[in-house]
Amino acid sequence: MNAPASAPSRRPPPAVLDELDRRIINALQGGFPISDEPYREIAAQLGTTEADLLARLQRLLDQRVLTRFGPMFQIERLGGRFVLAALAVPEERFDEVAAAVNALPEVAHNYRREHHLNMWFVLATETPDGIAAATARIEAATGLPVFAFPKLREFFVDMRLKA
Amino acid sequence: MSSVPPPDDFERRLIIATQAGLPLVPRPYDALAEQLGVDAERVKAQLAAMLQGGRIRRIGAVPNHYALGYTANGMSVWDVDDARIGELGEAVGRFDFVTHCYERPRALPDWPYNLFAMVHGHDRNTVLAHVEEIATLLGAACRARDVLFSSAILKKTGLRIGGDG
Repeated sequence: MNAPASAPSRRPPPAVLDELDRRIINALQGGFPISDEPYREIAAQLGTTEADLLARLQRLLDQRVLTRFGPMFQIERLGGRFVLAALAVPEERFDEVAAAVNALPEVAHNYRREHHLNMWFVLATETPDGIAAATARIEAATGLPVFAFPKLREFFVDMRLKA
Repeated sequence: MSSVPPPDDFERRLIIATQAGLPLVPRPYDALAEQLGVDAERVKAQLAAMLQGGRIRRIGAVPNHYALGYTANGMSVWDVDDARIGELGEAVGRFDFVTHCYERPRALPDWPYNLFAMVHGHDRNTVLAHVEEIATLLGAACRARDVLFSSAILKKTGLRIGGDG
């Protein structure tokens, strides 16, 4: 249900959402029940039916209004590692370098940003030593030095956004 | 963090079964249990334990911020006095427009910034106004700053455990 890996820059336009879609998105960013019929519980709270909630969730995922619906794992508590990293890519090589970086399965997100360091990506690996290997492969593939910014301290993380 | 044990076999199979999403069926935990060959109580107990221990942050929806109209995404970065970054990082993380806030290492001389705060807004001016609120909070403890707007998503897949499992 995640987005395909290889397609270049995609920015979906703002979606057309009705009032119930918005309430569903806002409600489901909270804790989803671990119970036998969790969708029925949420649907009742929102004043709709389980079937309608499930159909709307499927549509919101299909339209990529939601990128995911499910457990959000804290990978560092599962032994893995996330590291933010950046490259200063010469403009004329940008597409080629983006393709080389995106080709690595360890690259979970990659954004172009307006700065001398113009490519920012997140390396995500199942073990801590996977990061160094991925960094070395990117440097070998691109000939560019990788600036790695591992987190020293997490003050706050919550991607909830009001619909 | 390096001492964290890897997930055991059942936990790993549960992660692989749910990382693409929870089944959209009336009894999703029963569906997972059937897929994994265990009973639903075990699936629910394991998920509850992972939530309790922080190995799952929460179960829920991840919105695409562009689709919700949050088209401006600025990574604000700050060179903050090391003696005060703990207290100030916590305070910056409490702004409701900040979705992530971390202390990260500087990379001198290229990169003097040690505090990163991601700010989402419906347009750039909104983001810049929020960045000014952060600047006001940091005051004299901040020596330099920048904000890096994203101009394209090049890839967005999230972590995938277990190859194509």
